[in-house]
Amino acid sequence: MHSKFFFPALPGQSPDGDGYFGAFGGKFIPEALVAAVDEVAVEYERAKADPGFAAELEQLLAHYVGRPSALTEVPRFAGHAGGARVFLKREDLNHTGSHKINNVLGQALLTKRMGKPRVIAETGAGQHGVATATACALFGLECTIYMGETDIRRQAVNVARMKMLGATVIPVTSGSRTLKDAINETFRDWVANVETTHYIFGTVAGPHPFPAMIRDFQRVVGVEARRQIAERTGRLPDAVIACVGGGSNAIGLFHAFLPDTAVRLIGCEAAGHGVTTGEHAATLSAGEPGILHGSRSYVLQDDEGQITEPWSISAGLDYPGVGPEHAYLHDTGRGEYRPVTDAAAMRAFRLLASSEGIVPAIESAHALAGTIEVGTELGPDGLILVNLSGRGDKDMDTAAQYFGQAAGAAGTGGVST
Amino acid sequence: MSGNLQLLAGTLARAKQENRAALITYLTAGFPTVNEGIAVIQAMLTSGADIVEVGLPHSDPLLDGPVIQAADDIALRGGVRIADVIRTAAEAYQASGKPVLVMSYWNPIDRYGAERFSSELAAAGGAGCILPDLPVQESARWRDIAGRHSLATIFLAAPSTTDERLRELTAAGSGFIYASSLMGVTGIRESVDTAASSLVQRIRAVTQLPVCVGIGISNAAQAAQVAGFADGVIVASALVKAILDAPDAAAGAATVAELTAELSLATRRHDSPAKPGLTR
Repeated sequence: MHSKFFFPALPGQSPDGDGYFGAFGGKFIPEALVAAVDEVAVEYERAKADPGFAAELEQLLAHYVGRPSALTEVPRFAGHAGGARVFLKREDLNHTGSHKINNVLGQALLTKRMGKPRVIAETGAGQHGVATATACALFGLECTIYMGETDIRRQAVNVARMKMLGATVIPVTSGSRTLKDAINETFRDWVANVETTHYIFGTVAGPHPFPAMIRDFQRVVGVEARRQIAERTGRLPDAVIACVGGGSNAIGLFHAFLPDTAVRLIGCEAAGHGVTTGEHAATLSAGEPGILHGSRSYVLQDDEGQITEPWSISAGLDYPGVGPEHAYLHDTGRGEYRPVTDAAAMRAFRLLASSEGIVPAIESAHALAGTIEVGTELGPDGLILVNLSGRGDKDMDTAAQYFGQAAGAAGTGGVST
Repeated sequence: MSGNLQLLAGTLARAKQENRAALITYLTAGFPTVNEGIAVIQAMLTSGADIVEVGLPHSDPLLDGPVIQAADDIALRGGVRIADVIRTAAEAYQASGKPVLVMSYWNPIDRYGAERFSSELAAAGGAGCILPDLPVQESARWRDIAGRHSLATIFLAAPSTTDERLRELTAAGSGFIYASSLMGVTGIRESVDTAASSLVQRIRAVTQLPVCVGIGISNAAQAAQVAGFADGVIVASALVKAILDAPDAAAGAATVAELTAELSLATRRHDSPAKPGLTR
């Protein structure tokens, strides 16, 4: 099917019929949810075959979201990255401020097709929650967002936005009170309300068909960027780089480049205080295969299969799992996954703001930190495409606190920029 | 040593002969501590429970409400290990000779090794497992291993389960079918959902396996109602909550014993007296 913004993967690229990417994926869910998850799979297949669905999504992505998003070259930033040419795919310029809206609008249309009046979703950084609350306002759907208490504190601006948009925000106080626990609570709501409710899952994890379907809705990022960078530079990049929590912005960028074997696919995971400290969220770098939230992938866990609590300064990456397709790309070697510490991410955060006038989300700043490393390795001939998955307005409090504390700790009496 | 699948089947058959539903009670292993938990389970078994479920606590209990989440949390913070879960099962079986099941999310068993877990549970005298996030389509390897150790694989069915899936999971399952009385997570509810009896009817249409009803059953009146149409009544959160609310472990065990005895009494059917020698 020819569409401007909706590019579902070809059948050969998709997971197998049971939702497996190699050894990863599947559907590990309570029986009570099987009917609902199967309904989503059936409806998504119908939607893919319906030109009306693509047309409606296309209208929304063009005139509501503002696609295609820009591709911006950042030469002053690139000066700190070994002099390689660096282009940013500007998902931060989408309506609602991140790539999350691409998936949310697709699933909101599915919700309408399934005739369900209520939507629930988890959120970490609040970007997916804001996007979901936005789509629900647009379509007149009732909306409940689950968010860990810790994240509610560190992403207060997004909480206020969700409420303004008419969503109910429910604080989650179990476990580490972050994204993982918000997902648990959203699943519990879904089990009890499945007849009236669709769960707009926010990342490429969860049970089949979510990893494949959400990837399809995010593929537009890579398809656009691949065309844009080829037009601007006359070639494909040496590396495409994205941050990876659950991995939706990364898979969205990577997927269009899968057949381009000369293009390196580099995912930047949150290494928090460092992978060796135990306080991190670097699931592919330091985790092992296991099951979390409905699929088999890599997870952070102890020797008896209890999920361990992650740490990252970025609420959106603070997750002990990762999408199964990333696990597959990791194991096959097609994808490279690097840990990026809080400190490296925050340096890149400030560097992009001060050198280019673009304030990235702290999540996306992990990809920028990876870019500095990879650019330095590639040198001046290198060409790098980075997904700037979200904007950093929501992170001003965290950043102010971080740089304030860092200055105090260093005893230098302030950081000049 | 092989597991006690046959003991489980025999226990359910005998309850049926006695014109009552079997009473199945639950406790998270390691809650409030490993030894106190073992004592509580023994109190259940001497007060009328026919079968016990030992919960393997998990960091992410997706199908559990706040009560069992709290118990899992306490157990894990207390440092409970899978060896403690196996020991809890072993002591419960040795003291009572009754069937003991383990309820666990799939990741801990997968990580521990399904073969290792099955052989240890069978050696402990366990009768089978309930694995709420391992649906039938993902379960072939586990069922093969469990079957070789004579352990039952008890599948859940929900009001939302289609008839086609009921046929698949009843064909694959053993021991009994765990019918969820409602759409929702574990917890205490005011009344028994009407969905329960129609689900049991739909299950009976496709299998000879006994059907036990749980999730949302917490008091004697509800147990009596469910005993009217099911082969077993499963009570979990109400018992766990009794311990959470008790001033100390001994008081908790006493309350659990009382509640178990009440529930056990409620599972006897009075409407149609048993005819000795006749089974239905």
